[in-house]
Amino acid sequence: MIVPAYNEEESLPGVLRELAAAAPEADILVVNDGSRDGTSRVARATGVLVADLPINLGIGGAMQTGYRYAQRKGYAVAVQVDADGQHDPRELPKILGPIAEGRAALVIGSRRLGSGGYRSSALRRFGTSVLSWIVSRLTGVRLGDTTSGFRAANRRVIEAYARFYPSDYPEVEALVYLHRQGLAVLEVPVSMRERRGGRSSITLRRAAYYMVKVPIASVIGALRGRETP
Amino acid sequence: MIGPISPIQIVAILGSFGLLLIILDLVRKRRLAEEYCLLWIGVGVAFMAISVFRGLIERIAALLGIFYPPSAIFLIAIFFIVWLLLRFSLIVSDLAEKNRTLAQEIALLRLEVEGRNAGDARAGDAGGGQAAGGTGG
Repeated sequence: MIVPAYNEEESLPGVLRELAAAAPEADILVVNDGSRDGTSRVARATGVLVADLPINLGIGGAMQTGYRYAQRKGYAVAVQVDADGQHDPRELPKILGPIAEGRAALVIGSRRLGSGGYRSSALRRFGTSVLSWIVSRLTGVRLGDTTSGFRAANRRVIEAYARFYPSDYPEVEALVYLHRQGLAVLEVPVSMRERRGGRSSITLRRAAYYMVKVPIASVIGALRGRETP
Repeated sequence: MIGPISPIQIVAILGSFGLLLIILDLVRKRRLAEEYCLLWIGVGVAFMAISVFRGLIERIAALLGIFYPPSAIFLIAIFFIVWLLLRFSLIVSDLAEKNRTLAQEIALLRLEVEGRNAGDARAGDAGGGQAAGGTGG
């Protein structure tokens, strides 16, 4: 299980304890993305694996570190979980199930279809639906929540992401990329909780940048075609 | 084609000369890689040529069908600058990509080393027991 973390010392110990309790057989790797706080220390204190990036690479670079680790160590399945406690580890079976059954290469735990008490602002919902529309157009797959960071990936996805993972707000592009590689993406509903501590990295300006950058990058990604290793 | 020298020509010549000096100094101190030094020396020489031979730019302008010769300078300069910026963006992108890969590699190697050290320590305690590998599902 890959947990990318940037300045998340507040929420991380709780999240890691929950993950370990929910999946005792899994290895947990925290990718500390050059945090300035005690993220690495608190993660190590819980006994999980910690990869400390010497500089801040952003979520894309951190995520790919996890996938590269999984690729080299020969893991068959990788799960990515946000460090802020938004995702409930008890929902793990929901995103792992379709992978085990071979129904999809990547499964996204979607908060849009979710049941639990997660409500977001109108603006954010609008942005999310625009992105969904774009991804649907580009890939022909209907997805409600393209930005969720709760995902399970099979071996082929691990290999694809170890080769290439987009940077700078990568969630949507990463899906389009998989589609171009001929890998199936599936969405399952999960419940979301409020973040446990720390602050969201999303501000209005960044959101505006996101809404311009991501669609363009996604279209370009769709034009790229298949990359052969 | 060196006519009477105007003040602006003196400024231009001094400017070009200054640019050439700065470039040579940077290369001498090894702060500018040779691949860029050639480019910039070329730019300095071109500036110098245009400043010294006033007819040159008029000829180029006439050739391109530009009525106002200084426009030719702007046109050439803008094309050159855009090309240069694009090149630099390419170089920066390439460096950023390499930087990212290196940072990831360092993080993973450090993790590997820590794992081995911990394994060795444990093996030592147990009196030569086997260190556990990190593979699994």
